[in-house]
Amino acid sequence: MKKTENLGILKINSSLYKTRLSPKYINRKSYKPSNPKTIISFIPGTVLDILVKEGQNVRKGEDLVILDAMKMQNIMKCKIDGKIRKIHVNTGDKVSKGTILLELK
Amino acid sequence: MAANKKIEELHEKRKKILLGGGKQAIEKQKAMGKRTARERIMALLDKDSFIEYDLFVEHDARDFDMDKKSLPSDGVIIGSGTIYGAQVAIYAQDFTVAGGSLGQMHSRKITKIMDYALKMRMPLIGINDSGGARIQEGVNSLAGYGEIFFRNTISSGIIPQISVILGPCAGGAVYSPALTDFVFVVDKISKMFITGPEVIKTVLGEEISMEDLGGARVHSEITGNAHFFSTSEEECFAQIKRLITFIPWNNGRKAKSFEPGEPDKKYNPEKIVPDDPTLPYDVRDVIRSIADNSDFFEIMELYAKNIVIGFGRMGGRTTGFVANQPLEMAGVLDVDSSDKAARFIRYCDAFNIPIITLVDLPGYLPGVDQEHAGVIRHGAKVLYAYSEATVPKITIILRKAYGGGYIAMSSRHLRADFVFAWPTAEIAVMGPEGAANIIFRKEIMSSDDPDKLRKQKVEEYKAKFASPYVAAARGYVDAVIEPKETRRFLMHAIAASENKVVKVLEKKHGLPPF
Repeated sequence: MKKTENLGILKINSSLYKTRLSPKYINRKSYKPSNPKTIISFIPGTVLDILVKEGQNVRKGEDLVILDAMKMQNIMKCKIDGKIRKIHVNTGDKVSKGTILLELK
Repeated sequence: MAANKKIEELHEKRKKILLGGGKQAIEKQKAMGKRTARERIMALLDKDSFIEYDLFVEHDARDFDMDKKSLPSDGVIIGSGTIYGAQVAIYAQDFTVAGGSLGQMHSRKITKIMDYALKMRMPLIGINDSGGARIQEGVNSLAGYGEIFFRNTISSGIIPQISVILGPCAGGAVYSPALTDFVFVVDKISKMFITGPEVIKTVLGEEISMEDLGGARVHSEITGNAHFFSTSEEECFAQIKRLITFIPWNNGRKAKSFEPGEPDKKYNPEKIVPDDPTLPYDVRDVIRSIADNSDFFEIMELYAKNIVIGFGRMGGRTTGFVANQPLEMAGVLDVDSSDKAARFIRYCDAFNIPIITLVDLPGYLPGVDQEHAGVIRHGAKVLYAYSEATVPKITIILRKAYGGGYIAMSSRHLRADFVFAWPTAEIAVMGPEGAANIIFRKEIMSSDDPDKLRKQKVEEYKAKFASPYVAAARGYVDAVIEPKETRRFLMHAIAASENKVVKVLEKKHGLPPF
């Protein structure tokens, strides 16, 4: 029977159901807890300015990067006290959403 | 003589305007695989039934040299005619005239036919094919859109509103279709989006084609903005005509009745549903085994396939079917399927269409993505829609009805008028495996052979609760019936609820969890 081709298994409350799995379900993103040590672009845009240097000590609330996106200059702030471990981008870089801009330690 | 001359003059004037944007523009339209606006109306309506209004309307824009430009009929055709003898009001944007752009007079023509449709209580069909706002007319063009959206909203639930997307429909313009009841799209012709690929590229640096951003397939499979997908304008018009046969012309009437016929014998309800609740089957075959002539007209066939919605007839009367689809995602309720079902239930309720609900679901889809997408709010729509609906509501529990899913799927508790269950029904808080694991957790964990005890407890639970009889003993199920008796019971229920009356508490309006 054609209709029962490409069946997968869906587990709900310990029961295993034989069924077709939707592309949305198969391609769903698995959850990752946010890490305050990595600064990620929350929107695609252009890196307008990097306000810190590698090895520099930074405090919570300090400005790190200015990201030009949606006709706005978005200031990305530090979420914890720490030290800049690595800067992954240069001024003028176009970055997509989710790009790691810099890492702290 | 003088009168003849005037008639000739009328002919001349008509001839010129009927050419729309001119031969070249028409050739361009054809090259895109599209018909002209008038051809579309003629193809959709009964032969020779179309009467056009406002042929001679002209714009009066002055700025940007617009006063030197003549735009025949201001780029939109309005009028009324019939489909299978039923009166409908219609407008079609003419892409050959200034790209079907919407200026003040263009919008006034559309709102004129909308007012007419509402006043005469007849369905409104809008064929969209427009580049968007006529920028030269500035805020007047925006005002035009606003006037259309307002009328879409106040007409909602009074007259059926149908949107046909046969070209671009971008920016603010897409909100008119979004406010209407049914949206039809055609592969490679329809394009709908709020911000187009160019804006996305300049602002966000992301490159995407129009088709991938807002083509017919995208809106039919991913966004759920479209209800009917087809591969040609011809097929699209056939779908619209078929829809018109199922729906009433306004909220004060019932849909037209047809001569009833028995379902096709090849759909045998005894053989469709496997006894094992974890095995799939196509629930549409169950619908075909009970509906008149096995005729089922599915809506949103490609979106959230884990729930099936559409129209059929029972004893000649239009009936809305809502059914969990075990073949897709085990038939779970999730964000998308809840939205899909809830809107359809509200449509049926607004237009006096009884609802038959076929239940077989394991519950809600677990997952972080679902919770974060607001499955609480979206799932609540189903509860709201069923509770609020006062049309006849008939429920058949085919197999699984677990937990919140049991309550949501038109249970007695949400005021279903009739609840029938097949002997294969399992009405319980959850499936036997999950339930046994929780109830007998301590015993199982401390046992020498946990697997053996678990299996034993699952069987115990199955024997005790995995049936329709506990619910039947409380009167939550009105009758446990054989699958082959289903049509007879449904016909009885539909006939018995013909004159159903429910008094609704007085209020301005409720607050559904939009």
